[in-house]
Amino acid sequence: MGARAEIEVRDLTMGYGDRVVQRDVAFTVGRGEIFVIMGDSGCGKSTLMRHMVGLNEPRSGDVYYDGEGYWAAGEERREDLKRRFGVLYQYAALFSSMTLAENVSLPLVERGGLGRGEALEVARLKLALVGLAGFEDHYPAEISGGMKKRAGLARAMALDPDILYFDEPSAGLDPLSSRRLDDLILELRESLGTTIVLVTHELASIFELGDDAVFLDAEKKTMTARGRPTELKDCPDPKVRAFLTRGRL
Amino acid sequence: MTAGESSSARYSLQRESDTLTVGLHDAWALSAGLARPGPVIEALEASPRPRRLAFRAEGLASWDSSLVAFVHAVAAEARRRGLEVDTSALPEGAGKLLGLARAVPPEAAPPSAEDDSLLSRVGRVALAASATAGDALAFVGEMTLAFLAFLRGRARYRRVDLLHALEASGVAALGIVALINFLIGAVLAFVGAVQLAQFGATIYVADLVAVGITRELGALMTGIVMSGRTGASFAAVLGTMTVNEEVDALRTMGLRPVEFLVVPRVLATALMMPALVAYADLLGLLGGAFVAVVGLDLGTLQYLQQTRDALALRHVLIGLAKSVAFGAIVATSGCYYGIHCGRSAAAVGEATTRAVVTGILLVVVADAVFTVVCHVLQL
Repeated sequence: MGARAEIEVRDLTMGYGDRVVQRDVAFTVGRGEIFVIMGDSGCGKSTLMRHMVGLNEPRSGDVYYDGEGYWAAGEERREDLKRRFGVLYQYAALFSSMTLAENVSLPLVERGGLGRGEALEVARLKLALVGLAGFEDHYPAEISGGMKKRAGLARAMALDPDILYFDEPSAGLDPLSSRRLDDLILELRESLGTTIVLVTHELASIFELGDDAVFLDAEKKTMTARGRPTELKDCPDPKVRAFLTRGRL
Repeated sequence: MTAGESSSARYSLQRESDTLTVGLHDAWALSAGLARPGPVIEALEASPRPRRLAFRAEGLASWDSSLVAFVHAVAAEARRRGLEVDTSALPEGAGKLLGLARAVPPEAAPPSAEDDSLLSRVGRVALAASATAGDALAFVGEMTLAFLAFLRGRARYRRVDLLHALEASGVAALGIVALINFLIGAVLAFVGAVQLAQFGATIYVADLVAVGITRELGALMTGIVMSGRTGASFAAVLGTMTVNEEVDALRTMGLRPVEFLVVPRVLATALMMPALVAYADLLGLLGGAFVAVVGLDLGTLQYLQQTRDALALRHVLIGLAKSVAFGAIVATSGCYYGIHCGRSAAAVGEATTRAVVTGILLVVVADAVFTVVCHVLQL
């Protein structure tokens, strides 16, 4: 907290069809911060992330990157803004017809303008950073869930983005793999200074990683708390307290 | 006192002033079927109406979910009528299960039921159709832009994907296309011969097969086969990529899914279709010749001579022109439904079915349009 705001979500209202998922969501994320979007299942955490990375257009409001409105920008400018962030999807979303090295080198070739050989070199480095040296020629179907997540992370950070988004990084992982991934996220932040936005409901990850957080309420359809996760345990909202302490409502 | 029975599960009813008591007896087991709550509901409706419903379980030997389901249903009916329900005499486990079944957390409340009247259904179908038409139009627009980018050499796609698509929609389809068209040629010859023989004009089977296959059936049958084969495959692959968020991943990388995934597939199918149809024409003609020579005792040379006389180049060219359009239609339909697939395994199945059905329908419609245009232009 206290760092200069890199991302600002301003009065965002989101929905699908006739259904409003969340309304009037507003917060800022400081540079180099690990920011957690949390809430109960179905509250719209991933939907919020999809709006922040440009996959869904909001009903109203906007997401500002260094003061520049993403949805107010023209299509070409939006494509440029996308280069500023990488996304690790819930199940990694690796392209099954490509090897891990090809997966990681795809954005380097298509968006980074690198030649195929150079891209493969960089891909090898990125895979080594996430502990997957030697697995360059493996296909996603040949590796475990935890390794897929790490390969997805290598692809997300292929273009050295300023911001990394993680959608439920612990989903489907055993506690040890989940812990290793959390450590990796912390190391990345320490070594690269990357801003990290984390969508999760894993309490261990929330307390271990989160510098700042926002809580989305599925019933009230808006954010009901904002602050450091350890401090939110004493939040006046009983649902947020219950969520963070695994207590009963 | 009345009694209700269903297989081995039994209950009896007793009315004392304003209380209706359901006495549960014997063994209740799912394997013996569920007890019918009908008699209890009749007793709830009896005049004067009871104000309280109670359960007794002294005679109960054993129970499972069948008992809980019965009590849950009966208690819900009683509560709906404003009765007080007393389940305290039930076995402790059954009472807890009933408590759990009633405790619906607020966020898990079921959505309100949709209006099922005919008017509402027609309205929903109309809205869905207009949304689909809008989506399809936007997709075709996006595809046109992507093709323009491709022609200018600016499209972002992997050449290896184009080569894979060329193989999948070309070489890999040769076997099934050959078999279907050989058989269609044979059937056409056989059916035609039966009719033409009545006028002593059996030799004109060669004309029928030559014109029918090259101008019409070769392209049409290959289009239908490709819709079921390649169109379905494209829908399933792209649908699965959508479910796995791979399409989202492309978008956040700044790559356009239509450029990256759709253009190579549509291009490959449209390019391979004429080659496939030329091959299909040849096999169709061979099928016809086989029946004519083996089954109808026509001379091989005589049949070939007649085929050559009947086979004008324009018939072949019309068939090949159609095939390019059919290829584009089949691949576009497959890719459209794949990219617009929902986010579940069932949605992939639905996308595949729709891709095939729409592909076949549009191929036949396009064929009809071609036929009318050719007729008007006297081709």
